[in-house]
Amino acid sequence: MDGIHDMGGMDGFGPIPIEYNEPVFHAEWEGRLYAMNSALGALGEWNIDAGRACMERLAPVVYLQSPYYQRWLYRMENILVERGLVTPTELTAGTPEGAAREPLSTDEVFGRLRASRSARVDQPVEAKFKVGDAVLVRNIHPVGHTRTPRYARGRRGVIDRDHGVFIFPDTHAEFKGESPQHLYSVRFTARELWGPDASETDKVYLDMWDDYLDAD
Amino acid sequence: MTNHDDHSHLSDTELRVRSLESLLVDKGLVDPAALEAIVDRYENKVGPRNGARVVARAWSDPAFKKHLLEDASAAIDSLGYTSTQGVDMLVLENTPSVHNVTVCSLCSCYPWAVLGLPPAWYKSFPYRARAVKDPRGVLREFGLELAPEVEVRVWDSTAELRYIVLPERPEGTEGFTEEELAELVTRNSMIGTEKAANPNAGDS
Repeated sequence: MDGIHDMGGMDGFGPIPIEYNEPVFHAEWEGRLYAMNSALGALGEWNIDAGRACMERLAPVVYLQSPYYQRWLYRMENILVERGLVTPTELTAGTPEGAAREPLSTDEVFGRLRASRSARVDQPVEAKFKVGDAVLVRNIHPVGHTRTPRYARGRRGVIDRDHGVFIFPDTHAEFKGESPQHLYSVRFTARELWGPDASETDKVYLDMWDDYLDAD
Repeated sequence: MTNHDDHSHLSDTELRVRSLESLLVDKGLVDPAALEAIVDRYENKVGPRNGARVVARAWSDPAFKKHLLEDASAAIDSLGYTSTQGVDMLVLENTPSVHNVTVCSLCSCYPWAVLGLPPAWYKSFPYRARAVKDPRGVLREFGLELAPEVEVRVWDSTAELRYIVLPERPEGTEGFTEEELAELVTRNSMIGTEKAANPNAGDS
């Protein structure tokens, strides 16, 4: 979706907020929320792409006004309800309506997370492109999840390397299957993306799937 | 609007997080012991020192460096210092003529299995917005001014591949042990917003 999360190239946010000797978490609740997010992820009720898609559906003004982990909180509440794990009534009351299930143990959580991390698919899928091919990023504007940033759409690049076969996030995010296909590192010149004022030497590399690309 | 305002209106959020945790525990969706273990892992066990040791090994051992650049996940796992935990990794080598820098413009993808959780600035809107379009301006804010002829390569992390920059080994470090070298490898140098610390400049 053409959401507020797709920030590459936007102006107006100011300088980078560099912080020295930064703690891992700035408040205890951030750590708890991070841990809840991981532990819930281990349940397998959604995947990483669906989680990102849920974050992207936050209203732009909420997204912009909420600090990082607060966005995680909103996303967690929303996805729990969307996936039917928690009812809106339970969320408001903070107490369960039905019987409890048996939680995953710590070992089960870590084991399942480790097993689910790679998006690589061990299937023989033919590659549409080879290293060195000139490609044109499709000018697509799906209403659902996509990992094609706006700044790259309609731009010309070159296949820099073929990473192999990976889960396609656009379908996976909507629980419509893995659609395994080749994933490439695509090289763009800074001038192709940002115009003649950009550096003539600099490059931007994006990981892009076959379905984002046409031959140029 | 950046991540630094987290401290100003905590109470409502904190209460809401506590209420949610209590609900999830009562429903059996999470186990408090698992939550403790996850927090402990990121506060105490996983962090940039692991990545620093990988870099120091690459500086010291050409065969390991070659393996790291060809198959980063396998090379990192082979050391036993740390684990990629199954995540596909890519290591990008800085040279006198190429400077790599990593970002996730769409969310906050970061090689946390090896470097720990990202710094707040990495997840901030200014970094996500500007790194792809004005990398030299961003690097300048970190105190790094690159010559125009140095090629800046920005890697926008759009897939389940995680990037680590292999910074250049600082001059004047001949004879350093791996432990001494690892001390020079900052987190930011593995993201690409700094060079490794120079032992002669007193900034290590």
